[in-house]
Amino acid sequence: MKTITVISGKGGTGKTSLVASFVALSGGEVVSVDGDVDAANLSLLLKPFSTKEYKFSGSKEAFIDTEKCNRCDLCRELCRFDAITEGYCVETISCEGCSLCYYACPREAVKMESRQSGNWYISQTNYGTLIHARLGIAEDNSGKLVTLISKKARELAGKENKDLVIIDGPPGIGCPVIAALAGVDVALVVTEPTLSGIHDMARVLAVCKHFGVPALVCINRYDLDEGLSEDIDTFCCKNDISIIGKLPLDNIFVKAVVSGIPVTEYGNKRINKMIATIWQKLLDACG
Amino acid sequence: MINLVVASGKGGTGKTTVSVNLALALSEQKIQLLDCDVEEPNVHLFIKNKIKESIPVSIPVPSICMATCSFCGYCAEVCAFNALAVLADQVLIYSELCHGCGSCSYLCPEKAITEENRTIGTIEKAYSDSLYFAYGCLNPCEAMSPPLINAVKKMVVPEVVTIIDAPPGTSCPAIAAVKGCDYCLLVTEPTPFGLHDLKLAYLMVCELGIPAGVVINRSNYGNNEVSGFCSDHNIPVLMEIPFDYHLARLYARGEPVVLHAPEWLNSFRNLYQAIIKDWKGQK
Repeated sequence: MKTITVISGKGGTGKTSLVASFVALSGGEVVSVDGDVDAANLSLLLKPFSTKEYKFSGSKEAFIDTEKCNRCDLCRELCRFDAITEGYCVETISCEGCSLCYYACPREAVKMESRQSGNWYISQTNYGTLIHARLGIAEDNSGKLVTLISKKARELAGKENKDLVIIDGPPGIGCPVIAALAGVDVALVVTEPTLSGIHDMARVLAVCKHFGVPALVCINRYDLDEGLSEDIDTFCCKNDISIIGKLPLDNIFVKAVVSGIPVTEYGNKRINKMIATIWQKLLDACG
Repeated sequence: MINLVVASGKGGTGKTTVSVNLALALSEQKIQLLDCDVEEPNVHLFIKNKIKESIPVSIPVPSICMATCSFCGYCAEVCAFNALAVLADQVLIYSELCHGCGSCSYLCPEKAITEENRTIGTIEKAYSDSLYFAYGCLNPCEAMSPPLINAVKKMVVPEVVTIIDAPPGTSCPAIAAVKGCDYCLLVTEPTPFGLHDLKLAYLMVCELGIPAGVVINRSNYGNNEVSGFCSDHNIPVLMEIPFDYHLARLYARGEPVVLHAPEWLNSFRNLYQAIIKDWKGQK
């Protein structure tokens, strides 16, 4: 079984539009994952007709029993996350669940309780199974949740006899991106010809290289600035990275999002051919 | 003086465009502009001030004194982040998983653990007469951005108008940037993606108790559901920026629009006035 992750560094370059199109082109033969658990949008295009919900609890949280507490202040001195207020209440938003207060409290006034940090879902769509999630607001552990849903997707793909898992990755280069790249066969980096797009692509490519994930590049809205597109060509050529496609700036991408469908369902032959070529090259790169 | 943060649930909606142009439009007063999107900082591509100082930022990670360690395994037991593993005659430290909470060193029965600093990124500082600009830059392959975001925010000089460019999302990096600010500007786009993520970002600012206003970017595309959501929830829409090929080209090249088109200078000054008015009204 193979896994592909689509990332970008910079947000808003078109990852989700592309992933939804790939999934539609595959004719239900992949298991798809929305790995952007902060702002999951893939289901807005794949439109599940049934969904099963599961709870995710990524960490624990401290609670102080004010009857046992004698206000010695040790917990407040030790807490590096400033999570304990002057009134000895634990601020949920700041508590990282490290348990130091629990172990250190001389009066055993602290207890650790697991907290529900989000939900994850197995959904059925017209394009096959989609696994997605919603991390609770202000929650930590996005990396753990991405790891969990990627693992579930691989298990399901095994059960459904499917050979491919495709992950719509989060923006940035931090913890959830690293989680979305674990055990992946190939990463597709979607960029755009802007200084920000190029800068962020270079950083996320460095992360792929560090973790030994082969990366390919696709330029979205290449005709916004052809000079900068050429700069991307030069950069990729120098770093021995293949550019497997270029897509034009076209209002059809926005229209498809507004209609809630993968752009390939819009029936624009020119765009469909371009996306199908990128998808085929991506599959070839997976081996 | 207002401490203003520019955030969004969805990435790529135009946070950096808004922060940069707002800061430059207010250049008649002293402004500080902090880029807290440390995973992918972009403000420096638009504000081309020379970097005057680069400060490494580190987090404390455990270091084991092998002569004192009894290999009892208690440190691995108490570590909530699985950053330590104790074998028969060695201790493995996975520093990229360490949150720097200090549990292991404090609780080690043999006092065999001290802490050493591990650099996770830098703060780059660039000053000019009217603009104090700094940004955080996370080293690639580092997982945890909040400690660096908090370090950038510690640069805030009081009594100066502050604009913070936040990372996208609603989890710990975004919270680290938004928490403690006076007012949050949420930048979105009028599409189902923009609306879905605006709802989450709005829940985040409500949870943090921070007043918020909305900027709709590419306002001439998509549908009007974002405006509908804002009016249903009494969230003021403070500015609309239509998609324009010329604007997009300027953005691509790192050219702030207020330096090229005087009408935008006025629009961003008006945005600031609208923010101040709404902030004082909501306070």
